[in-house]
Amino acid sequence: MSRRPFTPKVVTANLLVEGDVVYLSADDRWVPALRDAEIQEDEAIAEARLLDASSQSDTVVGVYLAEVKHGPDGPEPVHFREAFRASGPTNYPHGKAHEAQ
Amino acid sequence: MYQYDDFDRAFLAERNAQFRAQVERRLDGSLTEDEFKPLRLMNGVYLQLHAYMLRVAIPYGTLSADQMRVLAELAERWDKGYGHFTTRQNIQYNWPKLRDIPDMLDRLGDVGMHAIQTSGNTIRNVTADHFAGAAADEIVDPRPYAELLRQWSTDHPEFQFLPRKFKIAVTGSPNDRAVTKAHDIGLVAKERDGEIGFEVLVGGGLGRTPMVGKTLREFLPVADLLPYCEAIVGVYNRLGRRDNKYKARIKITVHETGIEEIRNLVEARFAELRPLFDGSDMNALRRIEAQFAPPAFRTSSQLPERLDPALQAWIDTSVTAHKRADHAIVTISVKAHGATPGDASAEQMRLMADLAERYAYGELRISHEQNVILPHVRRADLPAIYAALNKAGLGTANVGLASDIIACPGMDYCALATARSIPVAQGIATALEAIERDIGALKIKISGCINACGHHHVGHIGILGLDRAGVENYQITLGGDGTETMAVGERAGPGFAYDQIVPAVERLVRAYLDLRTDPSETFLAAYRRLGAAPFKAALYPDEEAAHAA
Ligand code: HEM
Ligand code: SF4
Repeated sequence: MSRRPFTPKVVTANLLVEGDVVYLSADDRWVPALRDAEIQEDEAIAEARLLDASSQSDTVVGVYLAEVKHGPDGPEPVHFREAFRASGPTNYPHGKAHEAQ
Repeated sequence: MYQYDDFDRAFLAERNAQFRAQVERRLDGSLTEDEFKPLRLMNGVYLQLHAYMLRVAIPYGTLSADQMRVLAELAERWDKGYGHFTTRQNIQYNWPKLRDIPDMLDRLGDVGMHAIQTSGNTIRNVTADHFAGAAADEIVDPRPYAELLRQWSTDHPEFQFLPRKFKIAVTGSPNDRAVTKAHDIGLVAKERDGEIGFEVLVGGGLGRTPMVGKTLREFLPVADLLPYCEAIVGVYNRLGRRDNKYKARIKITVHETGIEEIRNLVEARFAELRPLFDGSDMNALRRIEAQFAPPAFRTSSQLPERLDPALQAWIDTSVTAHKRADHAIVTISVKAHGATPGDASAEQMRLMADLAERYAYGELRISHEQNVILPHVRRADLPAIYAALNKAGLGTANVGLASDIIACPGMDYCALATARSIPVAQGIATALEAIERDIGALKIKISGCINACGHHHVGHIGILGLDRAGVENYQITLGGDGTETMAVGERAGPGFAYDQIVPAVERLVRAYLDLRTDPSETFLAAYRRLGAAPFKAALYPDEEAAHAA
């Protein structure tokens, strides 16, 4: 049985207190910007990072692996849902992308 | 309006203190997320795409000016300055922090409001006709019955873990503005030999399997209301499919069991329950009814025949006949062209509260169409109200027209969404603004996934946002109807890409303008007369050309 090859992922979640979307960085911090997230290229390591992140339930909720692709400034979303999570709603300038500016 | 008594206040304070302690225990790590999630859902707290969401019930859509001011205060102090009115007469705050939610609930408690049972597999906010107590066509004000049901269902120990959510709607008018046929239980007040009772509908719903509610009892006397509803929910609690969440609503139970068998089971259970209700429920109802006495109406002169055209246009769309000839019902459009349907800023909420106090005996309503109502207004005050609304961006004369769109939050906020709804609504409203008066009555309803929170099944034009291989795609349904003649819309054909859906809707309404016999024939009437074919031809012109070739 052939398995689909592993595609790049990031570990993502929402902050427990604020609810904000965050990503796991290479130095084990929860960062708000997708471009600062660590890209997981290896399935076993990705699963291990996910497991570790899931144990931090005092900081984050709803941890999962989201598919990304490589961009010039770091990871970029593949699916439009992740694009909205990364930049916020499209009907108001409320997303964290706007707030960071 | 219903005023909380000491019992209500004590119950709410205790419940809020309980939830505050649960939040604290979650934050200090003594509750896991798995343990906490059902507790927060019981109190209306969801986790959405970008943040938590707090859903606050506005029972049967009725609100005092003071309550509206507190809703504004919550938006300002703990959110981003606005709230979203929903199709189930709730208000949702999209950005609260978990730590702040207990404070928000306490503040709501000060004015007798809460978020209890706005989520979870419980009996949800009981909704009602938003013109209740005011409409000219009304047989009886449905709100006292809705309040009785609210008191009965709130924290009802038997019904905290139903197979699935359970929604009840009540109307006191033959013209159904409460979508009773799309509810788990729909109650339609009737008069028989001078006595008030209800036609009881059961098993309506939208979502992935839309169903029109079926009549369970033609006429239920008021005195039997609670035991009969308790029998229905009890039968459902036992039979409902807990093995499959997509088959767990009562509409599926009714469909699989058959309405006859359900009726036998309900009547048998009712026979057991009826003697247990000793009349104290009817005493409670009489106390509640006294609180819904109409305001002390002041007389009003009529408006002059000729009015300023902008004012006339607003009156034509926003004003509905009141049971008193010298009064009117005003629907405030929270749907300015290009704005997010149902969103109101804190300033707008405050202005509406002020207007209610000054001109509407202190009362407001929220409609399932995501607008705000001033239920009792002296006709002579209409010009002043319009002027004040217009200054605040609330004077849009589009109620009932193409841009008065119901849209769910969709993928801009909702974690379950498969596509966005809000920008589609914004695009359609803007595109049709210039011709919508010519188009006339038209209901466009948009959902961002198959759960159908935006009622797309019952839109004259329904739009369902889907994810087709990683791209937003929009399916159109035609001929839906959410009133007493409820019909589920039919799929028109293949879906449209995000940048094609607004032009597609534009083609549809332009086709209607060509097809109608005269301006008095509405979109729905033309669709019913002609069937889907000419509308499909307008939606898929290339296909037509291919067939012709
Ligand atoms: C934003 C978070 C929301 C979530 C997670 C959510 C979830 C759901 C789900 C799962 C269903 C399908 C239930 C079923 O078929 O068993 C549903 C139905 C429904 N929801 Fe929502 N919803 C949300 C927001 C809203 C909003 C904003 C409204 C009002 C605008 C709304 C009103 C409704 C209505 C009217 C239905 C269909 C009627 C029914 O069959 O129950 N919901 N919702
Ligand atoms: S219809 Fe779907 S997208 Fe819209 S609010 Fe309901 S669950 Fe969310």
